[in-house]
Amino acid sequence: MQQLLIDLAAVLAAAAPLIFATMGETISERAGVINLSLDGSMLLAAMVGFAAASISGSLSVGFAAAALVGALVALILGALSLSLGQSQTAVGFVLALLCTDLSSFLGAPYARKPGPAVPHAPVPGMSDIPVIGPLLFSHDLLIYASFLLLPAVWWFLYRTRAGLVLRALGERPQTAYARGVPVIRLRYLYMILGGALVGIAGAAYSLDLKQGWSYRHTFGTGWIALAIVIFGGWQPWRVAIGCYLFAALQALASRSQSVLPGMPTQVFQVAPFVLMIVVLALINLLSSPTAARRLAALPKPLRHPAERFVAWLATPAPAALGQPFQRP
Amino acid sequence: MTSSDQATPVRPDHRSPRSARRPPLLVGTLALGGALLFTSLVLISSGVPPLAAYKLIFLGAFSTPTRISDMVMLASPLLLCSCGLTLTFAAGLYNLGIEGQMILGAVAAMIPLRLLPGLPPPLLWALALAAGAAGGALWALLVAGLRVGLRVNEIFAGLGLNFLASGVSLYLVLGPWRRIGQASSSGTEPLPSAIWLPTLNNLRVAPAAPVIALVALALIWVAVTRTRWGLELRAVGLNPQAAGRMGIPAARRLAESLAACGALAGIAGAIQVIAVFHQLIPSISSGIGLLALLVVLLVRANPAWVLPIAAAFAVFTVGSVQMSVSLGADSSIAGVLQGALVLFALLARGFSARR
Repeated sequence: MQQLLIDLAAVLAAAAPLIFATMGETISERAGVINLSLDGSMLLAAMVGFAAASISGSLSVGFAAAALVGALVALILGALSLSLGQSQTAVGFVLALLCTDLSSFLGAPYARKPGPAVPHAPVPGMSDIPVIGPLLFSHDLLIYASFLLLPAVWWFLYRTRAGLVLRALGERPQTAYARGVPVIRLRYLYMILGGALVGIAGAAYSLDLKQGWSYRHTFGTGWIALAIVIFGGWQPWRVAIGCYLFAALQALASRSQSVLPGMPTQVFQVAPFVLMIVVLALINLLSSPTAARRLAALPKPLRHPAERFVAWLATPAPAALGQPFQRP
Repeated sequence: MTSSDQATPVRPDHRSPRSARRPPLLVGTLALGGALLFTSLVLISSGVPPLAAYKLIFLGAFSTPTRISDMVMLASPLLLCSCGLTLTFAAGLYNLGIEGQMILGAVAAMIPLRLLPGLPPPLLWALALAAGAAGGALWALLVAGLRVGLRVNEIFAGLGLNFLASGVSLYLVLGPWRRIGQASSSGTEPLPSAIWLPTLNNLRVAPAAPVIALVALALIWVAVTRTRWGLELRAVGLNPQAAGRMGIPAARRLAESLAACGALAGIAGAIQVIAVFHQLIPSISSGIGLLALLVVLLVRANPAWVLPIAAAFAVFTVGSVQMSVSLGADSSIAGVLQGALVLFALLARGFSARR
């Protein structure tokens, strides 16, 4: 029981960078812009954040620098795609590779150096509550922030006027424009905001969960964050479930190494990535027209819950996602 | 509306009619100038003298015969991958799974090499190349199945399969195909030198590799620009719905372009095994597939420009290897220059299309 609690708490903590990255990407994609540079901008932000924190000796400077890097990469993507009409996919992919190599080149002097790290900070009083104390209140500030970010993003998207406008940017930009919404300017704003969150996600690795800097420090998590956003149907809660599921799978994978000693360790580490793709395929399979016909043939008491479940699973992408916006 | 929409956002909107008329020389100059400026700033900021660095990057690959052969042996698989990606890019696909296709090509090429080492070498090489092509094509068909059948975006299907492919090769290297004695993640037991692809005397260059790559380039150039199949492929890339209404089997063309790309990447993987590493190593693709994606983004799937750009990229990569020894800087600066080139090319295209 005690061990299980410790494991679960570790999973909640390990998912924090993914939460930051996926929430940033969700905001950006709900506004209609795919930021495919995630993997590279996370790496560059992790490196710059670590370097800034090491030089200045201040963690907040590190996180601010990381957020700035993420925002800057998003700004470049915005300038090329929103203002100059280049493909978001192409620009994002190039930025992903460019930032990865930049992080390797500029970060070489910082590789494997000790540096500052976010201190452990159990919430006084609350960390002693049985079960939920060690689970939720015995982490550090960054992890608490990740717990708060999720409801904040949900509330913003679904309970505020600005969130409604944001969703309109991704669904019906023409309509929003006709109602006086500055589509391009707001898309810039939200993708820069999303980029800043991605930057914090990078620093969450180098300054907290995987302290320090090394070559390709985040091992492809940026790509998986992109897949999780699709897996979560662009809805904050489901995206977060995806993050925690992925973190749990990775923990399980590292655990199963000791259970199945014959298998080389690295083989297990690819399992979560593969499972994510399988799940994406299954979701699409369930929502295909053939599956819909099968569902319709089910006996009535089964049919409704099944159809509801499939409809819940297969959430459409924002209709204008990745499309260039032309002023009417 | 279903989640099928998730496939639409990433349609590359290349080759709009207006930008087709852009002066390529101007765009190229702007891209080169911008990329050099950016890379110089990066170099200066880490205290590396830019001129010395550029001397290495541009000329380092020609400094010794060994370097030249390294450059040729990098350019050959890069060219093969770029050829394959020209097809998928023409069909409007971002085949990020090319790394995995190359790995599976290398794994498949190992099978005849391990099972039938006694065959006459030329036959064995042909078998290895064929097996590599088949392995790569099969791996790419998985992407095609996920994309066409299950509507999983090819970028994520490809990435997931890349991770799986590297898992497979790691498993083989550490497990069933491990070195006799001790398992080492550095690679399998080296192949007997009798079945290495022959090299020029004392150099690492195997002339067969560039020849295969050039033949592939010629074939792809003919296929894309001179055949009905290529025309249909480009039609699918521009607008799959419209192409479907014209009677073009769009899903089939997508799958064919992926399979062809996978086969070429698989051949590149097989060449890595029989001509470069002479064993299976976990990182046998060594980022060549992703570099090829940059090449193809830069030349916009125009086969005529694939050769010079792929060769130039190979020169940069091999040239910068000496960076750490002579300038104490990381060799990833080549990647910075390559990425910046493509980024500034996109920028220049954006500006010239606006005018």
